[in-house]
Amino acid sequence: MSAIDSTLDKSSRLGRLRELARPDRVFDFMAPAQSPVDVRHGPILYLEDVSVSFDGFRAIDRLNLTIDDGELRCIIGPNGAGKTTMMDIITGKTRPDQGQVWFGSRHNLLTLDEPQIANLGIGRKFQKPTVFEALDVSENLELAMAGDRRIWKTLLARLDREGQARIDEVLETTGLTSERYRLAGVLSHGQKQWLEIGMLLMQRPRLLLVDEPVAGMTEPEMHRTAELLTRLAGKQSVVVVEHDMGFVRSIARQVTVLHQGSVLAEGTMDEVAGDPRVIEVYLGGDEEEAA
Amino acid sequence: MTLTDNLGRGDRSRQAFLSRSTLLTSLVLIVGMLAVLIFNALPDSNALHVSGATVALLGKYFTYMLLALAVDLIWGYLGILSLGHGAFFALGGYAMGLYLNAQTSPLPGWQSIMSYFPVAALAILLAPGLLALVFGWLAFRSRVTGVYFSIITQALTFALMLAFNRNEMGLGGSTGLTRFYELLGFSLSGEGMTVALFVASGMAVLLAFWLCRAITVSRLGRVSMATRDAEARVRFIGYRVDHVKLALFVVSAMIAGVAGALYVPQVGIINPSTFAPLFSIEVVVWVALGGRATLYGALLGALVVNYLKTVLTGAMPDAWLFILGGLFVLVTMLLPQGIAGVISQWRGKRRDHEGGRDRQEQQDRQEKQEASA
Repeated sequence: MSAIDSTLDKSSRLGRLRELARPDRVFDFMAPAQSPVDVRHGPILYLEDVSVSFDGFRAIDRLNLTIDDGELRCIIGPNGAGKTTMMDIITGKTRPDQGQVWFGSRHNLLTLDEPQIANLGIGRKFQKPTVFEALDVSENLELAMAGDRRIWKTLLARLDREGQARIDEVLETTGLTSERYRLAGVLSHGQKQWLEIGMLLMQRPRLLLVDEPVAGMTEPEMHRTAELLTRLAGKQSVVVVEHDMGFVRSIARQVTVLHQGSVLAEGTMDEVAGDPRVIEVYLGGDEEEAA
Repeated sequence: MTLTDNLGRGDRSRQAFLSRSTLLTSLVLIVGMLAVLIFNALPDSNALHVSGATVALLGKYFTYMLLALAVDLIWGYLGILSLGHGAFFALGGYAMGLYLNAQTSPLPGWQSIMSYFPVAALAILLAPGLLALVFGWLAFRSRVTGVYFSIITQALTFALMLAFNRNEMGLGGSTGLTRFYELLGFSLSGEGMTVALFVASGMAVLLAFWLCRAITVSRLGRVSMATRDAEARVRFIGYRVDHVKLALFVVSAMIAGVAGALYVPQVGIINPSTFAPLFSIEVVVWVALGGRATLYGALLGALVVNYLKTVLTGAMPDAWLFILGGLFVLVTMLLPQGIAGVISQWRGKRRDHEGGRDRQEQQDRQEKQEASA
């Protein structure tokens, strides 16, 4: 009953209005960060027929993508395939021209903005490591910790024992315990990447979107990152966008190949690597890849 | 740069309200204020006597320091450069001016309610606060940032200057409001009132300093610094960046309004020239010179520049603007952290000397950990 309600009615204007007035429901933006994401009826992330163009250029072209709960998915593709744009759409930064984006079967992401989506439990790591350089490592994690984000609550917020324990735990997971009091600005490139992943973990996300986590990393750093990401999968769903084939091979179970804004192939790494269309895109006369 | 100070070790005292710099700044303010009061009470014949005129001047500096604090709160800690904070200062000033005028002759129309001090006090906070709320809401919601925001704040204060110049506003046109005689039933002309306004301004600086300090050490303060450095990241963590900006912008505007209200009875006039874009830019120069993102730096900058201004506009009036401009260029190039940066560098060096052993221990521990891993 409620499933029918939310899938059919929400799309119409009246339905949305009725949705607003439902007394039994907490507004998404007021609900705590781990607001229930309904995955009983299928995938955690569902993109259907999504298109977006910038100045006539179709960055995403009728894209369909499904991510299951707890899955670790790698998305590969040449430059300009639309990987980052896809993340922008999921996190609310870019609105698609058409299509549907659902988080679980309950939350239509196209009606929400970035903070609302983040508070629903979608964490995002940028391509370039983005941490708060003027704050120290544990402060970075503290800010990212799931909690009440309203102004007054933030002003009066104190770090309690539970929060401290959570920070310690994430410091341990990311291997940054000895750096906790250092400013994030002086960390090495790899450490910044881990800190950013750590900040995502503090949000207790259901879905992690990770954009090129090993770009510019040394070999040992790459191994640790692979280990970190595989450990996360299962508890969270993880989507990794990556260029580095070796790295993808080391972590991926399911690989999706994007090309010119839509899915070219999907399957295990070996299946995908053997697909003639994929070989053509990656090896056959693609100037961008050669550059 | 602060980043490389102390080998990048975060300064944990940042999180505590009562840090050494807070205590020191409060102490300097209180002792300075008491000293002025004591020296003022000495008989005229005494060599250390501080004249009423000097007290009035210092009281005016206090209101400038308050304004600098307001600008630093949003520029230093939030990265919003307002080039129109003079507008909030002037609005607070006009509210006070109306109240003072109402003491001598009843005001026409709606202005008559301003004769009650509580109403006036409310207006001093609400007029700048509401303007900041509406203006900020429109700007931050549309994600207007950086230099674009600065430009529209300039436009805002310029537009208000033009509006307040019109006689139809009923606010004195280009002459502004003047002829103030009484405040809260006391005459404005005696030296007792000068001292009282000096003390009130000093207390206001102290309270605003504590308020800003409390905000900047809270989690909200750290969110605001994070917004300054990586706005998109803050948004993807789930904070409503526009709300954070709006809240601090409104608080800052209210502090500026109080500054204006204290300024007006001390100088005896408020006119549209306070809305002039140039004044707002000057305030930014004070903060830059003192050192932004340190509250005491803003206080210091306002005091130093205005003292220089008083001295130099007397000695060589034509050269003042060149000197101010030159100072700004020099500080930006040579001391990007301002006077406060020099102080903290000097203190950091001393701490390095003392804390060498401590750091060695930390390094050892780190190496051991790596070895065991």
